[in-house]
Amino acid sequence: MLSVANLHLRTLLTLSWRNLWRNHRRTGIMLGAIAIGVWAMIFMTALMRGMVDDMLNQGIHNLPGHIQVQDPTYLDDPNVVNSIAAPGAELRKQLDQLGAVAWATRIKVPAVIASERETRGINLIGIEPAVEASISGLPALLASGRFLESDQDSGIIVGARLAERLETRLGKRVVIMSQDPDNNIRERGFRIVGIYRARLPALEEFNVYAARETLQKLLRIEGRISQLILVGDDYRDIAPLYRRLDQLLPSTLQARTWYQVDSYLAAMFNMMDGFVLVWVIIIFLALSFGLVNTLVMAIFERVREIGLIQALGMRPGLIVCQILLESLLLLLIGLGIGNGLALITIKPLESGLDISAVAEGMAMMGASSVLYPKLTTADLLLANSIVIVLGILTSILPAWRAARLDPVRALNTT
Amino acid sequence: MSTIICHQICKTFRQGDEIITGLDHVDITIETGEFVCLSGPSGSGKTTLLNAIGGLDTPDSGEISMGELRIDQLQRGPLADMRLHHIGFVFQAYNLIPVLSAQENVEFVMQVQGMATRERADKARAILAEVGLEGLEKRRPAQLSGGQQQRVAVARAIVSQPDLVLADEPTANLDSVASAQLMELFTHLNQDHHVTFIIATHDKRVMRYARRLIRMQDGRIIADEAQG
Ligand SMILES: Nc1ncnc2c1ncn2[C@@H]1O[C@H](COP(=O)(O)OP(=O)(O)OP(=O)(O)O)[C@@H](O)[C@H]1O
Ligand SMILES: [Mg+2]
Repeated sequence: MLSVANLHLRTLLTLSWRNLWRNHRRTGIMLGAIAIGVWAMIFMTALMRGMVDDMLNQGIHNLPGHIQVQDPTYLDDPNVVNSIAAPGAELRKQLDQLGAVAWATRIKVPAVIASERETRGINLIGIEPAVEASISGLPALLASGRFLESDQDSGIIVGARLAERLETRLGKRVVIMSQDPDNNIRERGFRIVGIYRARLPALEEFNVYAARETLQKLLRIEGRISQLILVGDDYRDIAPLYRRLDQLLPSTLQARTWYQVDSYLAAMFNMMDGFVLVWVIIIFLALSFGLVNTLVMAIFERVREIGLIQALGMRPGLIVCQILLESLLLLLIGLGIGNGLALITIKPLESGLDISAVAEGMAMMGASSVLYPKLTTADLLLANSIVIVLGILTSILPAWRAARLDPVRALNTT
Repeated sequence: MSTIICHQICKTFRQGDEIITGLDHVDITIETGEFVCLSGPSGSGKTTLLNAIGGLDTPDSGEISMGELRIDQLQRGPLADMRLHHIGFVFQAYNLIPVLSAQENVEFVMQVQGMATRERADKARAILAEVGLEGLEKRRPAQLSGGQQQRVAVARAIVSQPDLVLADEPTANLDSVASAQLMELFTHLNQDHHVTFIIATHDKRVMRYARRLIRMQDGRIIADEAQG
């Protein structure tokens, strides 16, 4: 039985392959159309992915982290009283073994900053300088000065905009005021050791960074922190890390993933797959007209032949198979060329495609002016399988109609 | 294979407002191993009758049976199977698949039947040699003359020794030597392998080989006689 099916397949393949090359021009045009369509699917998808990925990475850096742990009350009131105990030696060891790329403790409280001329409200953030690069990427944003050097560093880092508003600059001293857990005002002078530039101007104005232990002393919360931040391998897949973490934590603490923290980012992330699917399908629809037309023409041209093979005893089902196979061959060759084109064009752009000339407004959305196309296996598979599956589906009708031809009439067509 | 019985078959064609009679209450019985010629003027219904017997066209009324099988009542799939396994066809006008070589055309039916590659290639080459086409196996139909194409079609029709061969003007493009050879081959298959032949023809030289001659006119059988 299997060998019979195999023989049939070879018969059908021979017929399909030779019929495909009967009209070089038509097949060539159709192959070109499929190849360009597939290229457009993959290339544009890679660009979109790259852009959204960049926006998400940026957004997650700003949160920061893939998972945040804090006291549940802290979310409503980010006050020092709602701090949690810094992880002890035992928990630190467990966190190290959790499989996270990095983890850090953080202090984040509302505060007031004053220069000689101006006073403004800010977010005062106490960081562990050694791991901050993996947590928020802040060191890379430094525009001038130096980054914090230790947990006890006495300097602060402010945004360029804030420095402007305060009419101060690198090297100057500012005073920072906040409250300790007993509602006593605490204040201290800091020297501005670094100035950073963020893509989102609002962040530049509000986030001020100091060393964690320095702030703990200032706020009289030695041994306590506001948040525990974890970063995993891939923001798309943090559920396993989250589960492992959840088993470690006492139930009084609350762990939240980035998509729980920021529903806008979550929506962007979730919509992306939908966008890709819609885009791929739109291009396919454009292609399908050409495909159906090609098949209908190919069938129309050889009505007599189809009548003949029916008359000789080929079952209608096999005739459908033959025509579908012809369509499949066309699609596969077109896909091969299209994928090749996409790879060739995307690879050189992976180091970055500068679109600042055409996309000034992008920075406002938190996107960078350099696009990094991102080709994923899943997107490649999606584009290819949609073209094949829908391509075959659209070929079924012409194929079925060919198989329904009346053999005598078909044979006598001139 | 068994006896073919046509009982009161009628077939009309509609062309615009005109109704054309193809077959008009035809009754015939053809036994296994017979060698029958259908003759008659152009338009007398020869091709229509062959198509009805071969299950290519369904009559408007009447019954056609081949042994137990009611050909006029079979579905498309089983009809295709019946043609594939029991009948060899030579069509009047269009016979060969243009994208296949002479040998591949001859192998086509055996291939669909599921015969092993080696076996069918051997058979195809042997039969092509027998109809005088040795050396032309690789040619596509477009590279063959009308007579050569006809012989390829005949080779395909008889290569797997079907029970019944329906041949419509098989000698139309052949010279007298070639057509005599072909008829000898048919006679041999008929006598030694009991293949039933029904041949529609205008060719007097072909009719001489027939052991039963059926004359048609206006879709009716007007004479049906055995010959020596
Ligand atoms: N598909 C069709 N549509 C309309 N009329 C048809 C059709 N097929 C056959 N006919 C008509 O039916 C009649 C019988 O045709 P048929 O082809 O059987 O004749 P024939 O004996 O084979 O003739 P010839 O010797 O020319 O091949 C003719 O009048 C023909 O015009
Ligand atoms: Mg005829």
